[in-house]
Amino acid sequence: MNGLRTYFLETGQLSLFAFRYFKEVFKMPFETKELLRQCFLIGNKSLFLVIVTGFIMGLVLTLQTRPTMMDFGAEAYMPSMVGIAIIREIGPVITALICAGKIGSSIGAELGSMKVTEQIDAMEVSGTNPFKYLVVTRISAATLMLPVLVIFADAIALLGSFLVENVKGHVSFQLYFGVLFEHLEFSDLNPSVIKSFFFGFVIGLVGCYKGYNSKKGTSGVGLAANSAVVMASMLVFIVDFIAVLISDIFYNL
Amino acid sequence: MNAADNDQKILIEIQNVHKTFGTNAVLNGFNLKLYENENLVIVGKSGSGKSVLLKCIIRLLTPDSGNVLVLGKNIPELKQNELDKIRTQVGFLFQGSALYDSMTVRENLEFPLRRHPEKLIGHDVDTLVKESLQSVGLEHTIDLLPEELSGGMKRRVALARTLILRPKIILYDEPTSGLDPITAKEIIQLILDIQKKYDTASLIITHDMDTARVISNRMIILIEGRDYATGTYEKLSKSEDPKIKAFFK
Ligand SMILES: Nc1ncnc2c1ncn2[C@@H]1O[C@H](COP(=O)(O)OP(=O)(O)OP(=O)(O)O)[C@@H](O)[C@H]1O
Ligand SMILES: [Mg+2]
Repeated sequence: MNGLRTYFLETGQLSLFAFRYFKEVFKMPFETKELLRQCFLIGNKSLFLVIVTGFIMGLVLTLQTRPTMMDFGAEAYMPSMVGIAIIREIGPVITALICAGKIGSSIGAELGSMKVTEQIDAMEVSGTNPFKYLVVTRISAATLMLPVLVIFADAIALLGSFLVENVKGHVSFQLYFGVLFEHLEFSDLNPSVIKSFFFGFVIGLVGCYKGYNSKKGTSGVGLAANSAVVMASMLVFIVDFIAVLISDIFYNL
Repeated sequence: MNAADNDQKILIEIQNVHKTFGTNAVLNGFNLKLYENENLVIVGKSGSGKSVLLKCIIRLLTPDSGNVLVLGKNIPELKQNELDKIRTQVGFLFQGSALYDSMTVRENLEFPLRRHPEKLIGHDVDTLVKESLQSVGLEHTIDLLPEELSGGMKRRVALARTLILRPKIILYDEPTSGLDPITAKEIIQLILDIQKKYDTASLIITHDMDTARVISNRMIILIEGRDYATGTYEKLSKSEDPKIKAFFK
């Protein structure tokens, strides 16, 4: 019963936090410099991780599916099957989960410790709006950067997949990507890019929400970082589910 | 209160302020007047609500009832932009310095200035940053990060950051806590120097009676959420009231 109450309370507060973001994001003055700095930090922090996991995903997925496809004599469909799986679903979701861990926790911990050491209060009393400077920039940066990271991850994963096909099935670069692009449609690409924006938004939102409302004391900072990751990862799946439902309506998958 | 007080301008007036957290009644009808050019010290035990009181003055917390008049404006009723204007005229030195730890000393000082260009009054940012650091004697730390500074240096940089907007009033939350006696003395001297140089009024919170003795023109003793006693250090130190005496041991 208590758990249910906390759940609804938290959902309500998170929605209010999101509402405040939309209220303040279009208001002057814009903290453009800080926004760009955050974009750089987010991209820079996660790029390596995203590339490594993307590459491994491509390799593993191809290695695992290959034997089954061969049993059906359908090796020719490998590039399009694996490629579309990566672009539609696996690339965005894996990247979002990695970023929920990496970006969500670092935003949560950073804002949490700023809260605990009264840095946010200090901003407020100097007549600056800390929500605008800290929260709006971080949520916007995460929203803008996640699609970029997803595209990187997709490209690297496809490269990994191609390498396996090349070694095991002697498929040439031209053939692999020729087959892939023949089957790839905008209905595969569009929803996945659009949902990446939403993944970025929820990761930034939850990280900021948890950090900004962190409890006093150093344990509050740890808790903020930890619960940011848990909540962001869960929301990524929920957003993914909703995205699939909606694109099903639009594109009749 | 002596007769001279009546001619002086009141910068802050707190009237009958109450603040309760859950069942914990922290402020229980507190009153205070801060005059121009004055150093008013508030002493009280740990947890008696000193920080809460300061936070009510600049609306980091909102009192449950009562008036908080700063430079003639009632703080709890102000709109955000009016409040921000008042806030630039009231400096706040936090108990833990609260320097922005991802920024260098220079960026820490520039931060409030860049967001209030009206405070530049013809100077450029760089000059004001250097001048402000100079007045706390830390020009050489300009490109360091807060983590590279000692506790005393942090306190001074925080003071420089407060000074840069040329506040009329500075609120100090335990300016000497956590510092060794020598550094504490330096900070006290600095507070006095700054007051002379910039003509500010100060509201200083402390539980250290040495600080109170050196720095105060007037003192208020905070007990049970009220302004239990008011007066000069000399007057209060001669009091026979056991509750007041306990502070002067
Ligand atoms: N945001 C808050 N929420 C709930 N209770 C609070 C809050 N801030 C302060 N309190 C409570 O108010 C009381 C007074 O706290 P305050 O920080 O003002 O003490 P203080 O006099 O500054 O003590 P110290 O000298 O140790 O700094 C404490 O009991 C504290 O638990
Ligand atoms: Mg305190």
